Amino acid sequence: MSEEVFRIVIDPKDHRDLPRAVITDCPSHLMTKTGSWRTLRPIVDLEECIKCGICWKFCPDVSIEVKEEGAVVDYDYCKGCGICAKECPVNAIDMKKEADYV
Amino acid sequence: MAKVPEMELMNKGTTACPGCGAAHAMRYMLKALGKKTMINIPACCWAVIPGVYPSRNLEIPLLYTAFETTGASSSGVRAALNAKGVDPREITVVGFAGDGGTADIGIQALSGCLERGTDTIQVMYDNEAYMNTGIQRSGETPYGAWTTTTPVGSQKAWKKNPKKNMMEVVNAHGIPYAATVSIGHPELMIEKIQKAKDIPGPKFIHIYAPCPTGWRSDPSITIELCKLAVDSCVFPLYEIEYGEYKIYKKPKNKIPVKDYLKLQGRFRHLPQEEVEMIQKNVDKEWELLLKKEEFTNE
Ligand SMILES: Cc1ncc(C[n+]2csc(CCOP(=O)(O)OP(=O)(O)O)c2C)c(N)n1
Ligand code: SF4
Ligand code: SF4
Ligand code: SF4
Ligand SMILES: [Mg+2]
Repeated sequence: MSEEVFRIVIDPKDHRDLPRAVITDCPSHLMTKTGSWRTLRPIVDLEECIKCGICWKFCPDVSIEVKEEGAVVDYDYCKGCGICAKECPVNAIDMKKEADYV
Repeated sequence: MAKVPEMELMNKGTTACPGCGAAHAMRYMLKALGKKTMINIPACCWAVIPGVYPSRNLEIPLLYTAFETTGASSSGVRAALNAKGVDPREITVVGFAGDGGTADIGIQALSGCLERGTDTIQVMYDNEAYMNTGIQRSGETPYGAWTTTTPVGSQKAWKKNPKKNMMEVVNAHGIPYAATVSIGHPELMIEKIQKAKDIPGPKFIHIYAPCPTGWRSDPSITIELCKLAVDSCVFPLYEIEYGEYKIYKKPKNKIPVKDYLKLQGRFRHLPQEEVEMIQKNVDKEWELLLKKEEFTNE
């Protein structure tokens, strides 16, 4: 493949400055921190968490991961939809007001 | 049942609304298909969800195409791969369009793609309206729903037409495989999409994908709504394989349709008689589907 395809243009003047196919080195999570949209914040009670992974499965924003200690939320991206809290089978997640945390 | 693979081909940082079902639809579909997938997306919410250049949200090649052209565009990508000698079982070409892009404006491109026998998976992620442009009705908006073009208020002009049955439309093309899937049942959804991937020829997948913004539903109940839709038979989970119908998830206890409707603001205005009428229609469609299953499996 030509070098052209891999060229990254940060500040294009018009379409002629763009590569013919856009293959960038910038996954969306480096650009868009959607955590700032949140009005509700999921708080996991690690004592209650049975590490079943259901919250991970149903998070539409790929923002919760089950680690050694239990479910851990990535607050940089979590939009606070509350699906994880709703679907958790042991109610280990509580939705709290974001305003109380910032 | 297929497990939900850990691999993520959709990155964090999408611009989808909180609780978006369409985001789930993509995430699970790519988990099912894997990295060797090329996707065609027309104008729709998913044209916006990945964000803007130079951000890369999907870890697979994505071709943006005009609103009405998903079927044609995926046919072109498939033809190019064929010309390069790439086997369809090696790289999967997907057309991924909304309900408007599939059932309304894109229907002729879809029909052509299916009729030519093009080896692709055509996916309709169904949020039951034109959401990206501000909740206008589509052929997939169900009877009774409020949208901005089927307003409530004194006009009482909520949608008065039934939802278009796309499974029957595609089945009329004699394609090898079509399935309805739901993001509320990700294991089953992944199983059916993986099945479609291995079948030669044109396939169709109808994904039920709630939209909290357009349905006026709480973002936290997106998954719950999916389960209610299946348990009330509003959205039955079934597949059609070479003409044979199979309902692969039958509700153990059928619940009343009103339990599904009442959680969504878009149905709030409906008078009792219309809710009863919707129930009757759902029952009738369900009975018909059971008969189709029985008849085609004799
Ligand atoms: C030919 C053409 N007509 C109209 C539009 C404007 N438009 C962009 S997205 C869209 C609605 C898409 O609805 P749907 O396919 O259901 O996807 P959704 O936005 O709901 O995800 C419309 C009308 C367009 N881009 N091109
Ligand atoms: S769903 Fe609940 S119990 Fe399961 S991993 Fe998540 S927080 Fe823990
Ligand atoms: S609140 Fe929503 S976005 Fe945040 S971790 Fe839970 S499911 Fe994911
Ligand atoms: S409008 Fe609906 S489908 Fe579109 S991004 Fe928002 S929730 Fe998702
Ligand atoms: Mg739509």
